[in-house]
Amino acid sequence: MTRDKALIGRIFRSESGRATAALISLFGDIDLAEDAVQEAFAIALSKWPVTGVPPNPGAWVTATARNRAIDRLRRDARGAKLLRDVAAQASTSRSSSEPSEGEVVPDDRLRLIFTCCHPALAPQAQVELTLRLLCGLSTADVARAFLTSEPTMAKRLVRAKHKIKTAKIPYRVPEQSELPDRLPRVLTAIYLTYTTGQARPAAEPDLGAEAVRLGRILRLLMPDEPEVAGLLALMLLTESRRASRTNAEGELVLLRDQDRTRWDRKLIEEGQALVRWCLRRDQPGPYQLQAAIAAVHAEAITFQGTDWHQILALYDQLIRVAPTPVVALNRAVALGEVYGADAALREIDDLALLDYHPFHAARAEFLQRLGRAEDAARAYRAASSLAPNGPGKQYLRQQAETLS
Amino acid sequence: MTYYMLSPRSSAAGRRPMTEDEMKHTTEAVLELEAEIKSAGVWVFGGRLHEPSTATVVRPSGDGVMTTDGPFAETKDHLGGFYVINAKDLDDALGWASKVSSLVQTAIEVRPFVDEMTS
Repeated sequence: MTRDKALIGRIFRSESGRATAALISLFGDIDLAEDAVQEAFAIALSKWPVTGVPPNPGAWVTATARNRAIDRLRRDARGAKLLRDVAAQASTSRSSSEPSEGEVVPDDRLRLIFTCCHPALAPQAQVELTLRLLCGLSTADVARAFLTSEPTMAKRLVRAKHKIKTAKIPYRVPEQSELPDRLPRVLTAIYLTYTTGQARPAAEPDLGAEAVRLGRILRLLMPDEPEVAGLLALMLLTESRRASRTNAEGELVLLRDQDRTRWDRKLIEEGQALVRWCLRRDQPGPYQLQAAIAAVHAEAITFQGTDWHQILALYDQLIRVAPTPVVALNRAVALGEVYGADAALREIDDLALLDYHPFHAARAEFLQRLGRAEDAARAYRAASSLAPNGPGKQYLRQQAETLS
Repeated sequence: MTYYMLSPRSSAAGRRPMTEDEMKHTTEAVLELEAEIKSAGVWVFGGRLHEPSTATVVRPSGDGVMTTDGPFAETKDHLGGFYVINAKDLDDALGWASKVSSLVQTAIEVRPFVDEMTS
């Protein structure tokens, strides 16, 4: 039974985003959609172990949730009016207002993604709302993912939903002319989800997996956008190294020390195919270039065999489209592999990134290579004090201790 | 449709005063934009305010109220004027706010009204 429950939970969660999006589209009410999908889950839990999983679980979830929503609405006068409005609209736009299990459910997830990642919402709220509504994570899970309590997270989600409703943030896919402003916000929210997961690789819920899932959904829904492909490729290529990034003790293993035979070839191939597709499109953007850099790493059989010239050339391109200090730092690291530690340090020391732990970590690494152990230890200490808790922080602390 | 208040934050501090010519150009452009808002059917109300030194403040005091020379001393930014528009949704309202913002070169706060106003 518990195995059944876990299985049903998994199937359900993979379908809940689509069902939630469909119901919001129908009734224009996020809370109603969430409650109805939750009720449908309870029904599935009691029914599926007896009847078995329906042949088209996605359509079942949406149809059942829709019936639950209609039942709820019938109970009060305002709901009944909304239902009549919805029925009137449905009869003009669609053939039937009665849900049936076999029908094809239109995919409204793209609209929902753009609503969740609307610039009128705080960036952190965008991520949390996306995980809650599109990935079907419970409020408790979203709270755990961002190391906060469930009541606090519940309050934050309520606040974001309240703003969507009262300020009337529309439920629509932006027009082509708006995409240059709006699409990067969606990509940022997904990538932020991914990097948050990376900092705590063993944590539940697995934010890395959720981000990849969102990346795949977005790729499916926006197949012509090169940056969407770039983001997915970047995440897949990074994800391919997940198993080798920590050792059996859960300690961080640097790229140069990783066991490359443990890299996931299937994810690498998928990522590389996407990078090749992007190259053919020839509209480079920040995510595509970062994916291309990850692809060059994936191709190298050893760390020493890495084509650093190629990587540096890609960073030169990246810094032109994304001239940020963080990109400059990463470029300096690649520069160090081509032209040596002195050249890298000269670039790094100019950067205004004193609050950013990778800045100190990169400095420490190159100082160590130059044999300046004391300076390196100091830089490792600065890095470890700024790093978020996790294997990375541990590694930096150990480095500082070994050197001092 | 939803009513939104667009309020520019006009902070006099740190800004070079406009020349007479610039003032004239900006005023013309603002009038043009206001005409555009009206012809789009979203205009409800709007107006510019005199400088803060012309304000008077009334506040509760004991059983009655007390009248003093204004403005509120604690605010750094002062409302230079505002618009109320009736827009389809937030994106529609933000579209108009963006036009106002780039024209007058100040940040604009867009806030929905609680209920449909009676006009």
